Amino acid sequence: MTVQPLDALNVAHHDADILRMSNIRMKFGSVEILKDVNLTLRRKEIVGLLGANGSGKSTLIKVLAGFNSPEPNSVVRLWGETLPLPLDANRIRQMGVAFVHQHLALVPSLSVIDNMLISDTSRRPYGIRWRAEKRKIQTLLDEFGLAIDPTATIETLSPVERAFVAIVRAFAELRRSDAGRAGEGILVLDEPTPFLSVEDVEKLFGVLRNIKETGASVIIVTHDIDEVLSLTDRVAVMRDGRLAAMMKTNETTRQEILDTIVGRATSAYVRAPRTTPGAPNVSIQGLSGGRCTSFDAEIKTGEILGVSGLIGSGFADVPYLLFGAGDGAGQITVGDSDLDAARLPPAKAHAAGVALLPGDRMGQGGIATLSVAENATFLALPRMKGGFGISQAKMTTATQALIATHDVRPANARADLGNLSGGNQQKVLLGKWLAEKPKLLCLDEPTQGVDYGARQQIFKALDDAAADGMSIIVASTDHEQLAQLCDRVVVFRRGEPVLTLSGPDVTKDKIARACLASDVPQSQNSQLTEVSA
Amino acid sequence: MTAQTTTPPATFSRRNWAKDAERFALLGAWAVLITIFAFAVPDTFFTWRTFSSMFGSQAVLVVLSLAILVPLTAGDFDLSAANVLVFSAMLVAVTNVQLGLPVGLSMILAIGVGALVGAINAVFILYFRIHSLIITLGVGTFLQGLTLWMSQSRTISGISMNLVEMVVIKRLFGIPLAFYYGLALALIMWWVLEYTIAGRKLLFVGRGREVARLNGVKVDRVRMLSLVASSTLAAIAGVLYAGMTGSADPNSGSTLLLPAFAAAFLGATTLYPGRFNPLGTLLSVYFLITGITGLTMLGADAFVQSLFYGGALVVAVSLSQLVRGRQPQSFG
Repeated sequence: MTVQPLDALNVAHHDADILRMSNIRMKFGSVEILKDVNLTLRRKEIVGLLGANGSGKSTLIKVLAGFNSPEPNSVVRLWGETLPLPLDANRIRQMGVAFVHQHLALVPSLSVIDNMLISDTSRRPYGIRWRAEKRKIQTLLDEFGLAIDPTATIETLSPVERAFVAIVRAFAELRRSDAGRAGEGILVLDEPTPFLSVEDVEKLFGVLRNIKETGASVIIVTHDIDEVLSLTDRVAVMRDGRLAAMMKTNETTRQEILDTIVGRATSAYVRAPRTTPGAPNVSIQGLSGGRCTSFDAEIKTGEILGVSGLIGSGFADVPYLLFGAGDGAGQITVGDSDLDAARLPPAKAHAAGVALLPGDRMGQGGIATLSVAENATFLALPRMKGGFGISQAKMTTATQALIATHDVRPANARADLGNLSGGNQQKVLLGKWLAEKPKLLCLDEPTQGVDYGARQQIFKALDDAAADGMSIIVASTDHEQLAQLCDRVVVFRRGEPVLTLSGPDVTKDKIARACLASDVPQSQNSQLTEVSA
Repeated sequence: MTAQTTTPPATFSRRNWAKDAERFALLGAWAVLITIFAFAVPDTFFTWRTFSSMFGSQAVLVVLSLAILVPLTAGDFDLSAANVLVFSAMLVAVTNVQLGLPVGLSMILAIGVGALVGAINAVFILYFRIHSLIITLGVGTFLQGLTLWMSQSRTISGISMNLVEMVVIKRLFGIPLAFYYGLALALIMWWVLEYTIAGRKLLFVGRGREVARLNGVKVDRVRMLSLVASSTLAAIAGVLYAGMTGSADPNSGSTLLLPAFAAAFLGATTLYPGRFNPLGTLLSVYFLITGITGLTMLGADAFVQSLFYGGALVVAVSLSQLVRGRQPQSFG
């Protein structure tokens, strides 16, 4: 065995720990994201890293990748060697840690060979010999039983084949590394499965098990408990920046994992009780597009409907489809207007009284290089006309009113929108749409990257708008937010709504459980009836 | 992530000083340039004749710069504009001189063909989703070929004096009418861009196509109209060009493309810093020609023109990047 002997001081730990991250603490500004996290990995082991959104999984992985620099007393030991912090991204890779991120980092228009060679920095004094490279890659793919043509372009491959290429590329990188020469290495996968079908996930796991057999270890970050149960040796669960538990997979149950992820903490916020439900206002039939395959809903005036699920389950497409921002199909009725989602340009949706506040604030919502006033009044321009065309004075007055209503800081209508914090940007953009008095307001992750105070203000603004009779639909993976805002929450799985929570069932825990409980046929049914009862 | 601390109000007034200095810097630089040349070559430079000739002769460049400003604001490049200008001038010459059409009809024809070229640009750019740089470069070169073909590579002179009269011979306050056409167009465009919804939509489309689309703007229609406007205005510049000399030369006009871009980008550093704006562009054209005229009078050769325009384009773009805080620009 080539594992280097460990220091005498550390014999208390398992002998075969090849990676040990201890007392990892990480701060962004004054906010502590990681609080004393300890994580170990052994040779020939697959560890699943689970946790709700914002629990710190990604941050931990980024510490390991050298993107984040943790607090001084954190320790990372790799093959018995304590590494200086922050970790050097190149050194880590050279030592034998390879990463596959969710977006795979493949160039779609180039071939498998091109994409494989991109990360290969070994010296080639005579240039690339294409035929030899092709043979080498073919051999590697054959080793895993993958029928992928190395000369095919990435965009012609299925999603799972693309994931295979990224994983095999990372594996090849491990082999070339220092540890790889001894048959070891650490492969880190950050949520590789959300866009794959059940069968494809199983195939992917086959490849990962083969990789494990070669002597390498795997850390897989995921949301899916069943995947973890079927694949891993140990499970690490993170919650609120701490390692909540480290369990042996064969000694635990899905229920135990679920409880650990959700925790016992409950949110203190109590939603103001809603008065009488309003009249029917919005009707959605057979909405599909993107990852959403079919969605029906009725929303009354003054009602806030949440849609949620795991990433990739299709709920996130709903707001965009309703506004005509993506290609889709289905019938939407808003007030007295009937809209066909297949032929719905955003301008038409807007005219019919639909509004969309997209998740990507500066890419889709507003323009960073224009002022708050210009962004805030863009939709209201027809009302801003004076004798000489659009009146700057009216724009400023309207913007100052918006700034006062939503407490935008700094209270400067002429500041560039991009110079505001995320929460204040969101308040401006929300205010812009609310001023249009839409019948249906669609939101995607309305408080992502928004600080606590601004978040409460946005909730209140939405609550007030609903009280005035607006119908609101919120797509989010933030269960606490949904619990605080929504009258009903529809949970998606694999493109379809599978369950609706309403009334007293709209709690953070119940939403989280409904989202995380996945495709195990029998236990699923019992679980669902229990939750929706 | 975390809340940004709010900017203390005390900094606001101070920042506005810097902003104002930035806005009027080019105007100051122009004054300095005039002063220097007035002392260096007082007899030739600092005369009304020189100024009225500068104001009159640059009207063509003003209109061309304003033409490309429209698609630039919407985030597209129109590299065919100078070729449209030459083509339109040649079309006026050929139809008026060789085919004997009345000059008014020739003008309408030339401007109509200009609009058609814009529509062709738009179809290729928007239907096939190709970058505007490539299509307008190709269409422009194609038009250059047509111009040479149509004229047999010769200068055609003898265009109706009615046109020449309306462009350079008649004067108001001693300045040829051409200047006032450029000025009027700049004022109209300033009003359209700043005070109409169409102008605001154009700006939003240029700054963020996806943002504009998700705010209910018909992005493709706006881009198409901006390209048609650009070619139409370039054709009008071509008519003025023909009227300047009463003739059309198949080659010289295409060298106006770079000065037009230099003026548009330099204009974006002034009056409304960070934005392509018509009045700034107008100012930039005259700033640049003042420098060139002065240096030529000091004895510099023809090369000074290229040095000045080329240098100005690079300096102007760099300055406007500084104004924007060096964010990467995304055109198209």
